[in-house]
Amino acid sequence: MTTQGGGRPAQVRAAHERLVALLLLATSLVSVLAIALIIVFLFAKGMPLLGKVGVWHFLTSPTWNPTRGEFGIATMLVGSLVVTLGALAWGAPLGLALAIFLAELAPPRVTAGISWAVDLLAGIPSVVYGFFGLVVIVPFIRERLGGPGFSILAGVIILGIMILPTIVNISRDAIRAVPRDYKEGSLALGATHWQTIVRILVPSARSGILAGIVLGMGRAIGETMAVVLVTGNVTRMPDSILSPVRTMTSNVVLEMGYASGDHQLALFATGMVLFVFIVVMNVMVSSAMRTRG
Amino acid sequence: MARNRRTGEMAIISLIWAGAGLVALSLCAIIVYVAVKGAGTISWTFLTEVPRRMGKEGGISSTIVSTVYLTVTAILISAPLGVGAAVHLTEYQQRRTVLTRIIEGSAEALAGIPSIVFGLFGFVFFVIYLKLGWSVLSGGLTLAMMILPTIMRTAQEAIRAVPVEFRENSLALGATRWQTVSRIVLPAALPGIVTGIILSVGRAVGETAAVLLTAGSALGMPLLPSDPARSMSVHLYLLASEGISLERAYGTALLLIVLVITVNYVANLSLRRFSYRLRG
Repeated sequence: MTTQGGGRPAQVRAAHERLVALLLLATSLVSVLAIALIIVFLFAKGMPLLGKVGVWHFLTSPTWNPTRGEFGIATMLVGSLVVTLGALAWGAPLGLALAIFLAELAPPRVTAGISWAVDLLAGIPSVVYGFFGLVVIVPFIRERLGGPGFSILAGVIILGIMILPTIVNISRDAIRAVPRDYKEGSLALGATHWQTIVRILVPSARSGILAGIVLGMGRAIGETMAVVLVTGNVTRMPDSILSPVRTMTSNVVLEMGYASGDHQLALFATGMVLFVFIVVMNVMVSSAMRTRG
Repeated sequence: MARNRRTGEMAIISLIWAGAGLVALSLCAIIVYVAVKGAGTISWTFLTEVPRRMGKEGGISSTIVSTVYLTVTAILISAPLGVGAAVHLTEYQQRRTVLTRIIEGSAEALAGIPSIVFGLFGFVFFVIYLKLGWSVLSGGLTLAMMILPTIMRTAQEAIRAVPVEFRENSLALGATRWQTVSRIVLPAALPGIVTGIILSVGRAVGETAAVLLTAGSALGMPLLPSDPARSMSVHLYLLASEGISLERAYGTALLLIVLVITVNYVANLSLRRFSYRLRG
């Protein structure tokens, strides 16, 4: 035996192996510990205020006035939902179209080019998207469509672009994973390529596509920096897509710097509501993935 | 009838082509716009001088140092943990058990948590509870948690891609499991693992919300891990949102984009070399 471990007595070597196995087990438990700590600390900071003002009041009151001790995030719940759904309304169809394009229609060289572009879009930091929105999209809306420019629409445009990579990549993989026989069978029966895509490939891949869209939705609702720079952050109920709104994420990043006491606890409660939202969405994805069978 | 259907299909397919063009175009628009506006700002002094008057004047050197400092801290913490976890899951667990399901489920959940929630957690746990203050260490630890799932997942994939014969040959020669893992499996999987780490660097560099809440926004040059730090992305956010200097914001944004594109390119290169090595 020339190896180091081999030179030692068998017992020492076995002990050494067991120690390493134990260490590796410990490293793999770190993510479990991390999730547990996040839940414990987030809820420990968020629950007291919810107990004080009441969960229902916190979620449904439109008045956010920390200096007077009034904590209601209804306007921000609406803000987060409207911006997210708006982004999905155009990001999801475009993302699906791109996934079909990449999986079925594009010539290899175009596929490589677009895939590269999509990966790059995924890599650009969210604060850069926000900055681009601030200097290009906000002034454009202000000059062409009216209003302050800082608006739901600006958030919807930026977020729609940001969630594309998630939706495109996951949907494309789902479409590519559909067994070849399905496609060949359909074509052999005389269906056109497009009919095969719409009636066979997309329906077969629907749970994967759905997962991509829901993950994109999770990314949109959790996005902070891109949104805070372009939506104006006003805590008033919006009355058009040109109105400014504040999202739950923006609320935290805007006020965390100086908040204290109940105000700070209210920001943690906001983060907690967001966390619960995301968890519910993730559970939806995993159950959708499981029903694929 | 059949012809009508044909034209309808052609119309839809052209629409999809247009959509693909739109995506390529919007990417180009973002990059070219920031590049054109930011190129004039970037100079040797911009890169090497510290910011003065809250960033209105001077350069951004301290924010570059902070970004590197935070990212390196995060990687140093997260890489051993992520690779260790991946080795445990792929080499030490023969079947999927309740334990592996909990571990993989946690990693997946971690990947889905928004950065602002990591920021809140990092603030209350690292900054306040562990009394680390707004510091490179608090920020680095928070970032480490955020990138852990990526490192774990890519390392798992890289390790699984190593042919099973490698392990069988090593074990047949009398090597122990750990000897096989550390001398045969990990070296073979290294390029794939490195790709995952490089991708995480990209995420750490661009992360803003979590860093703002855990490393602070002080403009000084960080020396010790206990010093507060303002990263480039946080600097960009503050310059833009408070209207301090649009010119310097463009320069910072351009630098961030260049950094991320470089990181992506290097990651792709390393991945391609990896698949080549396993094939050849």
